[in-house]
Amino acid sequence: MIKIWSMKKNEDAAARRKPKTSAAQIRVQKDLTELDLPPTMKTHFPDPTDLLNFTLTITPDEGMYMGGAFVFSFAINNNYPHEPPKVKCTHTIYHPNVDLEGNVCLNILREDWKPVLNLNSVMVGLQYLFLEPNADDPLNKEAAEELRKNREQFLYNVKSAMRGGVIKGTHYDKVAVQ
Amino acid sequence: MNGSSSSSGDWHDRYYHVDQILDRPGPRTDPSFLAGDEVKDFLRNKCKILVIGAGGLGCEILANLALSGFKDIHVIDMDTIDISNLNRQFLFRQKDVGQPKAIVAAEFIMNRVPGVKVTPYYGKIQDKDDDYYLQFNLVICGLDSVEARRWINATLVNLVDPENPESLKPLIDGGTEGFKGQARVILPTVSSCYECSLDMLNKPTAFPICTIANTPRLPEHCIEWASVLEWPKVHGDKKLDTDDPEHIGWLYSMALARAKEFKIEGVTWSLTQGVVKNIIPAIASTNAIIAASCCNEAFKIATSSAAYLNNYFMLIGTDAVYSYTFEHERRAECPVCGGESLDITISKEWTVDRLIEMLVEKQDIQIKKPSLASGAKHIYFQAPPQLEEATRPNLEKKVSDLIPDGGEITVTASSLPFSLSLRINYS
Ligand SMILES: [Zn+2]
Repeated sequence: MIKIWSMKKNEDAAARRKPKTSAAQIRVQKDLTELDLPPTMKTHFPDPTDLLNFTLTITPDEGMYMGGAFVFSFAINNNYPHEPPKVKCTHTIYHPNVDLEGNVCLNILREDWKPVLNLNSVMVGLQYLFLEPNADDPLNKEAAEELRKNREQFLYNVKSAMRGGVIKGTHYDKVAVQ
Repeated sequence: MNGSSSSSGDWHDRYYHVDQILDRPGPRTDPSFLAGDEVKDFLRNKCKILVIGAGGLGCEILANLALSGFKDIHVIDMDTIDISNLNRQFLFRQKDVGQPKAIVAAEFIMNRVPGVKVTPYYGKIQDKDDDYYLQFNLVICGLDSVEARRWINATLVNLVDPENPESLKPLIDGGTEGFKGQARVILPTVSSCYECSLDMLNKPTAFPICTIANTPRLPEHCIEWASVLEWPKVHGDKKLDTDDPEHIGWLYSMALARAKEFKIEGVTWSLTQGVVKNIIPAIASTNAIIAASCCNEAFKIATSSAAYLNNYFMLIGTDAVYSYTFEHERRAECPVCGGESLDITISKEWTVDRLIEMLVEKQDIQIKKPSLASGAKHIYFQAPPQLEEATRPNLEKKVSDLIPDGGEITVTASSLPFSLSLRINYS
């Protein structure tokens, strides 16, 4: 056998075995404990000992969605950060980039995910969707159509949906906070 | 086997060609190389090697090792043989379908190559503990799963004990994807590890969700639509089982209908299975090249007969046969082999708060806002607010009530490249 041991740099004698925590777990600990969120975003852990499953509530303080509280579920698997977290909106909301099942059209959650991105980038990306809804990447086509054609009507629909209204036969969840 | 003579089943000149390399040193031979009987004795009677995976790469690796003189080979695989494996996993026959790969492969090699002992384990690598991995001189991986590779890589890095040179197990990792492949030598804690290069990996292809929802152009878009959007809509919380033919059948019919609607051709059963299981067609010749490269490295490392690969060999066979070898560098911020680890001795009376204060003040580390955990137990988290509040009562507690003597704490902080591992001893 080759003598590898002699190649081992004489590191600090204190350098020792590392704990048996999975790389995904340590990475999630790092991501979460370094989260720097504005007051408009809050995380909630139903089981505080489980870092891999939690929700994020976004309460925009400007833009068309101001006055609403939008809840997203995060599910992280053991292949993080090789794979992105799975994020879904838990409410039925009226938004061009979120469909009625809660799927979100955010590039960094799918095709543009990279391991150098972190949970903070995802959360900031989600909040941006409420400041700048994008009619070009529609998941709710009717909402996107409306945003493109008639901004006034779109804004009216957003407000009414947030109060739990019905738009074109679809019942939206009440997400308005007073 | 005509002409087999000795009890071990050796036949005349069995190792004639291999011995050309082992009987005399060459221009690039390591100075520690002991030509002749000694190195042959090690390779053939003492060296114990573990092969992880008995699939496309694994079958090739097992055959190569057995024929180059390794005689004590162990193999782990958790899968059973599927009929679709038979075109390239040449240790298996039609009659073996449904049997465990590890067991059938081991039997095949032992029948075919006399004197070689192959010990199979049908199960997961995670079933085995440190003592199991400690018995080997070398580990070769021929896996198709990123998750399994990350696990074995972290396990072998964690195994390294500064007081025991035998604890450092070279890991040779092979991987293929279609016409591309790579072979690499990982010397845990010495050279770049698998986790160090995680961001170099091709990530699974994902299509923009709005394309899938609105403007499908490819058959893959229709299949993704069925699995990502339609399955949860129709089946709610029921999990999609990509091994269940009924589930695949449902996706296939949904995708086919959508493809028809958008006038897209090419949705087939096997493409559906391929897309949802993220299968890239396996090419037998790529497997053969990568397995050969891995076994070549295993032979060189076990015998010191020639310089081994430093440390990454890449094969790109898509346009022609191109290969490139380079040294992948270790990453200081690697969560597995990077970061620092530190032994500290504190009083049994110290509170968590006192320990944190020490970490912040300590000249040589100077950590800003450290968060501490021990395994799955959270000791103190700086954020998010809910977890900070939940762990705040621990600040008053004695460290010795939370962590046993010699126990470890994982520290993360924005000022640390990745994490710091603390081993706590009490004075
Ligand atoms: Zn590493």
